[in-house]
Amino acid sequence: MKTQHLTTNQDETRALGETLSRQLQPGDLITLSGPLGAGKTTFVQGVARGLEVATDATSPTFVLIIEHEGRIPLLHLDAYRLENKCFDAIRDAGVTDFLDRTDAVKLIEWPERIADFLPTPRFAIVIDYGDNDNERRIEIIEKEN
Amino acid sequence: MLTLGIETSCDETSVALLRDEADILVNLIASQVDAHQLFGGVVPEIASRKHLEVLNPLLAQLQKETAIQWQDIDLVAVTHGPGLVGALLVGVAAAKGLSYAYRIPCQPVNHIEGHIASNFLARPDLKFPMLCLVVSGGHSDLILMRDHGVYERLGKTRDDAVGEAFDKVARALGLPLPGGPWLEKTAREGDPRAFEFTPANLEPSLDFSYSGLKTAAAQAMQKSVKVQNEQGGESRVADIAASFQRSAIRQLRRNVERALERYPVATFGLCGGVAANGALREELKQAAEAAGVDFVVPDKVLCTDNAAMIAAAGYYRFLARPEAQQHFSLETLEFDTHSLLPVA
Repeated sequence: MKTQHLTTNQDETRALGETLSRQLQPGDLITLSGPLGAGKTTFVQGVARGLEVATDATSPTFVLIIEHEGRIPLLHLDAYRLENKCFDAIRDAGVTDFLDRTDAVKLIEWPERIADFLPTPRFAIVIDYGDNDNERRIEIIEKEN
Repeated sequence: MLTLGIETSCDETSVALLRDEADILVNLIASQVDAHQLFGGVVPEIASRKHLEVLNPLLAQLQKETAIQWQDIDLVAVTHGPGLVGALLVGVAAAKGLSYAYRIPCQPVNHIEGHIASNFLARPDLKFPMLCLVVSGGHSDLILMRDHGVYERLGKTRDDAVGEAFDKVARALGLPLPGGPWLEKTAREGDPRAFEFTPANLEPSLDFSYSGLKTAAAQAMQKSVKVQNEQGGESRVADIAASFQRSAIRQLRRNVERALERYPVATFGLCGGVAANGALREELKQAAEAAGVDFVVPDKVLCTDNAAMIAAAGYYRFLARPEAQQHFSLETLEFDTHSLLPVA
């Protein structure tokens, strides 16, 4: 199933993430795609708020994976720096351990950089710029069971 | 006193040997050592358990260069967070192994505490209280230090670290790697007032935010490419780089100035990988001078992730609690990879 949304500011993007979080179960995998600055972090902040995560959802670009405690644990992975890496490098970076986790909601930014190694996510989210500076088009694709 | 430092929290594998508080006998960083000389291969560039392949050859290199026997060492200091758990575990396991085998006390160190300690490698005689700005790819922290080991976090990033914003904007501008130094170089050719990127202002908080600035710079680039394609004209890359850098630094300087107003300190220290940025060093030096406080920033090699700073932080932490840790015991090895900065 595919739904399309238009947000006009960061608060609306965050609220959309929070709404999505209510449907999430432990073990769910979510991918987040979109160009630099599209609002992926903002969306993640909404998901984190919905999962009752108390810490800031800061960017995992440098440390690759950040784990947050919440109603359901939230694992946040950023594959930005894993482009063009072979399977061994991706495994050694902890991605396979990340994917094996069944107790947590797993969120991946820049999934296209490790696309060959990822299973189909439960939700694939694509964020893109709208016509105005603060406008964003957000597409949520849910895997059919 | 001889302290062995081990750092494996992110991309860099590093080991160092420190005599007393500031005499660096050797400070080896894997990416800066000839990889073939080290272990006949290419040093992996991504934080991972690949530290495992590099750490032992690096320790052997340290022994070779210093002619040290492990039993001569008085303390092992190791980063136990924050960082990627798989990466941290390699350093922690090595430190515990050496500690256990040779009966050497082992001191876990917080990575940010290590960056702060790099200021004391530069100048061991710094006066407290001290304000520290730690800026790197993974951190933007403003910390008040009343004594060695006594920290209060005044501000942190709410989204992206400043170094990450530099790297990502550099990429959006099509600059080569490493992004940060190239952005600084490109910015010198541009007009820092060409684009108005208003710095995030989270007053009265001393927190930082760089996600919005990153977005603004990326959008400015998209628009200017579009304009250039449709109407021709000069590339605006240098102007965007200069305007971005000005805004990024203004946010740091403004929060530092506010902190200096609120907290009377003797010293202001800048550290972390982004502290290598010349424009930032100059701006913050001016801010410190205007406030009449002593300014310190370490040499560039000590700004990047390295084990000498971890050894120094471990040294101070160990000396602060001698009664608990003067003797090796299994209890001192009971620590994990979830370090929080010890905040007073």
